Amino acid sequence: MSTASGTTTGASKPASTRAKPANKAEATADWVDGRLGIYSLAKANLRKIFPDHWSFMLGEICLYSFIIIILTGVYLTMFFKPSMAETVYHGSYLPLNGIRMSEAYASTVDISFEIRGGLLIRQIHHWAALVFVAAMFVHMMRVFFTGAFRKPREINWLFGFLLLCLGFFDGFFGYSLPDDLLSGTGIRFMEGAILAVPIVGTYIQMFLFGGEFPGTDIIPRFFTIHVLLIPGIMLGLLVAHLILVFYHKHTQWAGPGKTEKNVVGMPLMPVYMAKAGGFFFLVFGIIAAMSAIATINPVWAYGPYRPDQVSTDAQPDWYMGFAEGLIRFMPGWEISVWGGHTLNLGVFIPLMLFPLVLVAIAVYPFIESWVTGDKREHHILDRPRNAPVRTALGAAWISLYLVLLVGGGNDLFATHLHMSINTITYMVRVGFFVVPVITFFVTKRWCLGLQRRDKDKVLHGRESGIIKRLPHGEFVEVHTPLSQTDLHTLTAHEQPQPLELPAETDENGVARKAGVVTKTRTKLSEGFYGEGNQIAKPTSEEYLEITSGHGHH
Amino acid sequence: MSHDMSENLPEAHGASHGAEVVTHDDPFADPGLPAHEPRRTDIDERAAKRAERQVSLMFVLSMLATVGFIASYAAIDADKLVYIFPLGKVSALNFALGMTLGVALFCIGAGAVHWARTLMSDHELPADRHPIEASDEVRNDVIEQFKTGAAESGFGRRKMIRNTLIGSMALVPLSGVVLLRDLGPLPEKKLLHTGWDEATQAKPIQLVNMNTDQPMKPEDIIQGSLTFAKPHGLEESDEDFQQRIAKDALMLVRIAPEDIKDAQSRDMGFEGILAYSKICTHVGCPISLYEQQTHHALCPCHQSTFDLADGARVIFGPAGHPLPQLKITTDEQGFLVATGDFDEPVGPSYWERKR
Repeated sequence: MSTASGTTTGASKPASTRAKPANKAEATADWVDGRLGIYSLAKANLRKIFPDHWSFMLGEICLYSFIIIILTGVYLTMFFKPSMAETVYHGSYLPLNGIRMSEAYASTVDISFEIRGGLLIRQIHHWAALVFVAAMFVHMMRVFFTGAFRKPREINWLFGFLLLCLGFFDGFFGYSLPDDLLSGTGIRFMEGAILAVPIVGTYIQMFLFGGEFPGTDIIPRFFTIHVLLIPGIMLGLLVAHLILVFYHKHTQWAGPGKTEKNVVGMPLMPVYMAKAGGFFFLVFGIIAAMSAIATINPVWAYGPYRPDQVSTDAQPDWYMGFAEGLIRFMPGWEISVWGGHTLNLGVFIPLMLFPLVLVAIAVYPFIESWVTGDKREHHILDRPRNAPVRTALGAAWISLYLVLLVGGGNDLFATHLHMSINTITYMVRVGFFVVPVITFFVTKRWCLGLQRRDKDKVLHGRESGIIKRLPHGEFVEVHTPLSQTDLHTLTAHEQPQPLELPAETDENGVARKAGVVTKTRTKLSEGFYGEGNQIAKPTSEEYLEITSGHGHH
Repeated sequence: MSHDMSENLPEAHGASHGAEVVTHDDPFADPGLPAHEPRRTDIDERAAKRAERQVSLMFVLSMLATVGFIASYAAIDADKLVYIFPLGKVSALNFALGMTLGVALFCIGAGAVHWARTLMSDHELPADRHPIEASDEVRNDVIEQFKTGAAESGFGRRKMIRNTLIGSMALVPLSGVVLLRDLGPLPEKKLLHTGWDEATQAKPIQLVNMNTDQPMKPEDIIQGSLTFAKPHGLEESDEDFQQRIAKDALMLVRIAPEDIKDAQSRDMGFEGILAYSKICTHVGCPISLYEQQTHHALCPCHQSTFDLADGARVIFGPAGHPLPQLKITTDEQGFLVATGDFDEPVGPSYWERKR
């Protein structure tokens, strides 16, 4: 040891090439950089430019509510007992005194009444979960309707989609944990749906529940899935999602100085650190106030779960409402197959439609890029009107979702609107097929109308509201020409042209047959961008022709 | 409609952004980034000072709210209720904690955002994007490296190693799958029978009223009411109570025998008293709503509606088959009893169920 140290003392120390740090903070940063390489990381990101638009905050709401859910969730695990062992309640909530219940339910009631602030944290947890899923929905709509899912962001779209689906399920598992009358009914529903799976249904049911329904395993198992398995996967996806947002750099709206090759906005430090960091506190503050004001999931009022009891108005949390709609409007088809086996289509078809409705969102970017044949990167956002078919498809999906939501709440609609529940259910059955089609066409026409209006505005200027009387008595409204900024912004979008079928004969005159795939693709492309599916945007020639003729009117 | 475009009456507000260079050859050309427009706080030091005070005020409010949170936690009893308009009676502690926490957090956020909007630079800056795709040079280099690595491993050449590796990798997850076997028992015939199965002609089981916990005589069942029952011997304190009640729960109705349309159903009842499974055949919710005029029973979960006067036929909703019926009679003491199990499995249908 001493000889080894002797070789370095006295002799000049191996000099660092780095300049002497100016202060303690720099010295610390140098120390960390020497181990983690933070300077290279910060060089790319500290002054990273983010464009500004209100709709870009929606994703932030998702991120922040997720963090809030984790913080409050960890607190709740300190008190919640994920056990179905029976106990008799003797706490401070008198209506439940002496009632048999599971430890899970009893501990949830205790969190609400014995632990100071426990009710608040429980309500923040639940409210944040509702906000989380809602924000993911709206965020995805923003990404969808602006075409932000196009290359290079398709994979990030899938990450987001997975987060949405996992958010659904984690929410479902979470609100099932208190083992109250409402959530137990939800678990029973799930059990019935699993039993409807052909061949393996009963096996999955027995393995999931550890025996017959309800057994004593399902709450502890859901607990592990809810607090560990799904959040773990979600955390990984979330980090990947954010890394990709940084790596791709944010999309931006068309405008002066904005191109596909740049991103215009303000730097992460200090503006977005303050704005985004501050926004976390705004979201958290609002959710905390909501939890103070509005009661959510008062499990003490529902009572403990009993398989032979139920309350009316049994509704899942809103994001599962569409699945509830599917199961409610489906006719009770049950058929016999393979010598006396039962195929419960009335439950199995909704069970299959549930993922299909979701997968439709996931695959759309790939369908669109296949139809357009576009291989380029896109960083400038589309205004929804400038992609009429995409916008109409998105609107149709939302309308389908809303129809199913109405179907899922048919009992509430019946009691509140004094309508027959049968009528509502029949209407939902028809609406499931009809409403999305109507919505599609209405939205498309609407977009085309807005495109025409933009064209008019570019070519003829903005209506100024000033009426002028000409010498010969005619009244005209004076139109204000647009600034070049506006002219550019309104005409910056691309208008894809429909693909054409390859010539029927090749250059040697040999007949060449287009396959079904090619034909479908051409047809779809025509449907997306063909005549009547977009309004040709004004050209500068048209503009110059109209504006150059001084006083020709 | 058309008009002279030189008639540029009131100058469109904010239409020109100073630095715009109007190029005449292409009116739609990108005019480039607009010049920065200073905010009030950029040019007026007093406005900037005012903004600074506003931001600090928010942070001070947040501090006060946190003090309020701690004070509420210490001072307010957990079971105290207060009347707050328009919420009604709410937990005082929950309200105080939530509002103070909300204000403490919100004010930090509001202060930070106000700071960023009024005092931090709002110059918009452009940054270049670079294509996500690597250049051909990099691409070819990587592919070359990969090929070198693959060749050095001999993976493609030494087929025996490759195939046995694939084989072992394919097999090893099976251990994990096998381990799942003990998650639960096999279904076997578990779903086929209920607790009523133990009843026989010689040893019938009494029907016990769920509310009173007493056996019932036929006269206890009044026309127009829905009575819930369980088998004698099944107690709430039983370890497997939940599991058994999920299948054994009964609902009893009395319908005038001449109103019962289904003869077989009438025969399974006793003097017009019919005992049906309470568990819906759709996805297993307990049925709890009964319309005495029409003899319809409705499941409140998904609105499957059963006509109890017609063998519990499904008349509306998503259920696929009628509710199973339990044959009942009376014992020598005159109590309602069952002498056997349901004639078919109760609850949601499943693959192995015979139709």
